[in-house]
This record gives sequence, C-alpha cells and structure tokens, in this order.
Amino acid sequence: MRIALAGQPNCGKSTLFNHIAGYKAITSNFPGTTVKYTETKVRINGVTCHCIDLPGTYSLTSGDPAELEARRHLLSEEVDVIINVVDASLLCRSLELTLQLLELEVPTILCLNMMDEAQRKGIQIDAQKLSNLLGVPVIPTIATTGKGLKELFTEAARVWEEKRRGRTLKFSKDIEEIIDQMVSILRSQSIHAKVPSRFLAIKLLENDPFFISEIKRSENSIDPIESLHERLEKIHGVPSDEVISSERHALAMNLFEKVSTVIHPPRRDIRIAIDNWVMHKIFGYLILAGVFYGFFNFIFGIGGYIEEPLMEFFDRWIEGFEGFLGKESLFFFLSKGVLQGIAGGIAIVLPYLVPFLIGLSILEDVGYLPRVAFLMDVFMHKIGLHGKSIIPFILGYGCSVPAVMATRILEFPQHRFIVSILTTMIPCAARITIIFGLVAFFISPNAALAIFALNILVVAISGKILSTLYPEPGSLGLIMEIPVYQLPPLQNTLKKSWYRIREFIVIAWPLLIIGSALLALMEYGGVEKYINWFLSPLTHLLGLPVSVGTTLIFGLLRKELSMIMLTQALGTPQVLTVMTKTQIMVFTIFVTFYIPCLATIAALWKEIGKKGAFLAILFTLSVAILLAFVTRIFLGVFIW
Amino acid sequence: MTTLDKIFENKKAKVIDIQGGQGIKQRLGQMGIHTGDIITMLRYGALRGPILIEVHGSQVALGRGIASRIIVEEVE
Repeated sequence: MRIALAGQPNCGKSTLFNHIAGYKAITSNFPGTTVKYTETKVRINGVTCHCIDLPGTYSLTSGDPAELEARRHLLSEEVDVIINVVDASLLCRSLELTLQLLELEVPTILCLNMMDEAQRKGIQIDAQKLSNLLGVPVIPTIATTGKGLKELFTEAARVWEEKRRGRTLKFSKDIEEIIDQMVSILRSQSIHAKVPSRFLAIKLLENDPFFISEIKRSENSIDPIESLHERLEKIHGVPSDEVISSERHALAMNLFEKVSTVIHPPRRDIRIAIDNWVMHKIFGYLILAGVFYGFFNFIFGIGGYIEEPLMEFFDRWIEGFEGFLGKESLFFFLSKGVLQGIAGGIAIVLPYLVPFLIGLSILEDVGYLPRVAFLMDVFMHKIGLHGKSIIPFILGYGCSVPAVMATRILEFPQHRFIVSILTTMIPCAARITIIFGLVAFFISPNAALAIFALNILVVAISGKILSTLYPEPGSLGLIMEIPVYQLPPLQNTLKKSWYRIREFIVIAWPLLIIGSALLALMEYGGVEKYINWFLSPLTHLLGLPVSVGTTLIFGLLRKELSMIMLTQALGTPQVLTVMTKTQIMVFTIFVTFYIPCLATIAALWKEIGKKGAFLAILFTLSVAILLAFVTRIFLGVFIW
Repeated sequence: MTTLDKIFENKKAKVIDIQGGQGIKQRLGQMGIHTGDIITMLRYGALRGPILIEVHGSQVALGRGIASRIIVEEVE
C-alpha cells in the first residue's frame, strides 16, 4: 500500500511524517520546505506501507514547480491512499484543495490536524458531519504531540481495503451541464488520459496548460473543447478558469459553514505581542540584526572553544607518527592523510556544523524566517527580487543544495534562475567553517564578520546585475503566508538537525578522508606539483603560495576539503607560520565565492538547466578572481 | 471605495474587486482572499515595504503593488 500525504503548505504534513518516520522529512515553519518528496516505510497492523510526504500545495492548478511535483506524483497511479492533511484552524481555505483531491477519485482520508490551534481560535468542527458530506473518514489530530495519528493510519488502511472513494461535490447546474458535455466529448474521442474524465474535463475548463497540451499532442480536435469554454465564459461573463475557481471557493465556504461553529473569538495570546516587536518598522530590523549577530557569535563561541584543543590533539598524533614511521615513508604519508581527514571532519562537525544546524532548525521551526522575508522584502526589491527570495539565501548558509532547491517556492522562472545562482555565493556551513577556522581563528572574529558583510554586498550587487540582465516582466510582488509561531517539539528540531549532520558524516566525511589520503599520496608521488604548476598563473595572480593550487581543485568536491587540504598542503596546521594574514584573507575570499561544489552544480543543473549551471560556474569564478585580486591589492597597500 | 494599501492599521475592509488577470486572482485566492472577504489591516512594512493583513484567521504579507490592485470598502 502506498500512502501519500498531501496538503497545503504549513499544515503540519512533515511534522506528522516525522512522527511516524523518525528521521526523514525536513519540516519547518515555512511554506514550501518540502520541495522534493520524502518517503518512508511504516507498519500498520503488521502490514508494511510506503508513505510519501509531498510538497505542500495550495491547489492542484499548476502553479510553481513544487505544486507540479506534488500533482505529478498524485496522478502517477502509484498512490493507493491519499491522506489529505488539513490545518483545522484554516479549514475553509484548506477545503478548496480537498475538493480538488476528491476529484482524483483515489481512496482518501481527511486528517484534521492542528486541532489545538483551531480550538484557540474558537472554531469547533463537526468531524462526523464533514465526513458524511465528503464521503471520506475525517480524523482529528495534533501532529506535534502525535495525538490521533494511530487512528489515522488504521483508518487509512481500512479505506484502502474498502477502496472507498469520496464524493465529488457538484458545482452549479449550468456548470455541471458543461462539464457533462466535456466528459462526453472526451469519451467520444476516446481520450482517457490516466486521470478520471471529470477531473480532466474540469482541468480543461480551467485552461490547465499541461492537460491542454496533452490533448493537442493526441491529435484530437480541440475545437469542441474550446466552444464549451466560450459558452461557459458567455454565461458568466468572466474567464472560464475564474468561473471554476470561484465555484470551488463557494463550495468550500458552504461546507465550512455547515460543519463549523465559532464558539468564541480567537484568544489573543502572547504571539501577537511578539509580532508587534519582531515585525516592527524599526525594532524588527534591530531584532533581526541581533538574532543573526548572536547566532554567529554563538557558533564561533562554541566552535573556537572546541577546535583549538582538538587540533592540538591531532597534531601531537601526527608528530608521533612522524617519529614512529619515519618522515619519508609511504605509510607515514598515508596515515598522515587519513588522520588529517578524520581530524578535519571532527574539527568541522563538532565545533561549527552542529551548533549551526541546530540553530538554523530552531529559527526555521519557530517560524522566524517568513518574518525575515517580510522585513527584507523592501530591500530585496532594490535588487530586483522580492522578500521570499531571502529564504533560499538563509538556507544557503546551511548548504547550497537545499537552498538551490528551495528556489522552487518562487513563482517566476527568472527569479528562480537569479536566486539559484546567487545562493551558491552565500557561504554554506562548510565555507563558514573555513571563514571561522582560518580567518576568525588566525586573524580576528571581526575580519570574519567583514567577509560576511562583503559577501552580502557582493551578492546584492550581483543580484542587481543579474536582474538587469534577466528582467522578470510579469513580476507581481510579494504574496506570502505568515504562519503563527510554533513552539516546535524539541525532538523534532533535533531530529532534523541530526538528519542534516548525518548527511555530512556519511557522505562528506568519508570523501574528506579519502581526499586527504589521496592528496598525501599525490604529495608522496609528486603529482600535485603538476596540478600546482597548472594553477600557478592563478595562484601567482592572487599572491598565494603555489602549493594551495591542489586544495582549490579538491574544494570543488566538497568546500571543506579546501581547508583541510590547506593544512595538508602546507604541511602544518599552524597556517600563520607559512601564510601571511593577507594571503589567508585572499584564499578565504576566493574559496568563499569560487565555483560551487559538485553537488550544488548537479542541483543547479536540475533546477535551472545546463546553461544556467554553466553560467553559474563562469559567474562565480569571475567574481571570485576579481574579489580575491582586489583584496590582495587593497590589503597589501592599506592594511598589512 | 479605495484600495487595500490605503486602509489604516487595525481597520477592516471588504474586498470589492481584484484588478488583474487570473494569475493574481488565483494566487490571492489560495491565500484566502476573494471578492467579498473581510480583511483586517495589521501593519505596514517600513519604507513602503509589504503590508501584513489578516484574512479568515491567517496572516498574509502582500507587496504594496498587489495591495493597490485590491479594491476595497472600509467596514466598521
């Protein structure tokens, strides 16, 4: 049995999924975080089922790519049961999606989630009555505490066994007549597609570009379909897609009024008072600055405290090996490489990555990020984007791959293109580690902050340049839901952070160790000399030691390799003994901006195409060379 | 009649019409904003930034450009 969780953004799907799955889905209190679906296995009454968490969609009308992804999946015939997760406190709006899901004629069950929130708002819902009206079971749940989930899945299994489909609610009479005619045209032309004919008929009336092009491709005449369109438009005096959407809205309103009663006005709680400060015209920005300043200080505070003794510890080991195995032996080179790889991983993961990812998860889950988008909207407009684009940027401080994927929440292709390229220039956790581990550690925390400030400035200027080159003609401006604050279950936040950290441990760390060993072997065999020679024009231009050339190549695999490889290439972790402060700054700035890592390039390729990925490489490389060169000259002349 | 961006903070307004194509109507509809709905203006962003409104119990941020295309009538 395959169960799909479908629902509007922020209805608690992923929280629910996490509850049953353990570690898999990434949730956050922001619309559109599940841009790719996640899958897990659950056991219900001894039967193993696949459970898929789909991206949140406001409707099944093709909108942004996240919605298309969810729809494609629901239509793929691979789904046996749909669990439609609904935010009970926003029932009226949510029912519009429910009505569309029922049109798919797949066994469905309605999960009335966030019952606690509905109660706070004073909304009482008659679940039994709703169930009777829709013809599907309705189960009230509170996903954050796990209340009602067992019943939900038992019921899902029963719905599947009974193959129980819901009721498709009927529109007004004249519209139903036209839908009937459309259905018979489709039948007479023997167009089945893979979807129910009523669903297809409605989609065609809604001018759905996907299905219209499917019909055109099947070499069937589109004329009778178009004449039905015209009739509908003539009767109602508005475009046919508008007729359908306002009908659906009316149906949802009607349902909502039948099943719910408002027993008391919403309780005003502290969260409104919080927003008075957090979203305030002036204090909002002060708080924003404070939050991020505190955030980075917190990471550096923890990181610096742990990194130093750890590095010394590993250095002693390496010295020990040197004495024990002999300085020139192959075995010494190899064990030095492996040990430095292990040390690098520990020195990155423990001190910086863990506090960073936990902090980011908390900010996400609490619901602070949409507020940041609200505050930053006006500034993002200055660089030709809008507020929502700030989200991929913030996620980019974690890892560029999910950041590039998060651009799917943006409505316009041009914005997705520009933001995808820009987010790769935001220092990800790995590069932040380099900035902290090299610049903050060897020079000063303020110098590290200067790099972050420079980075933001460069990203803004690049944004301006790119949005001038690729203007978005139909840009509407910001339309974004601001969800209520949630106190996320701590367990959820920790699970999410652990999932992200685990990704580093199982994928990146082994690569680090192998890479480090490989570099040591190359050093032993003298191969790196050729690479360094090949890159020497670049290293000369930037005034860096020739031996760092190889580390830049490794940085393409994983950014953190650049730093670990640096200590490896220089032959000592005491970087200051072989590099000047200027060289450390130039190296870090270059590494911060240059070509995205392989995984990010793959993500870019997928999201914005081959040409886009190529442009991103070219653009970031040019920016990196230019900035690093300017830094070299500037610091050389004015500071050190 | 006026447009949504001209409503004062903490005042309520009823949507009379949304000017624009199906694209904008659909996106606003998804957020629960339709003709006839009652909207409460919560706050303005700084420097002509977006506005924050409440509609059907949820909070939505709207750019000023979009807000100026929503024709409303102030209600008590």
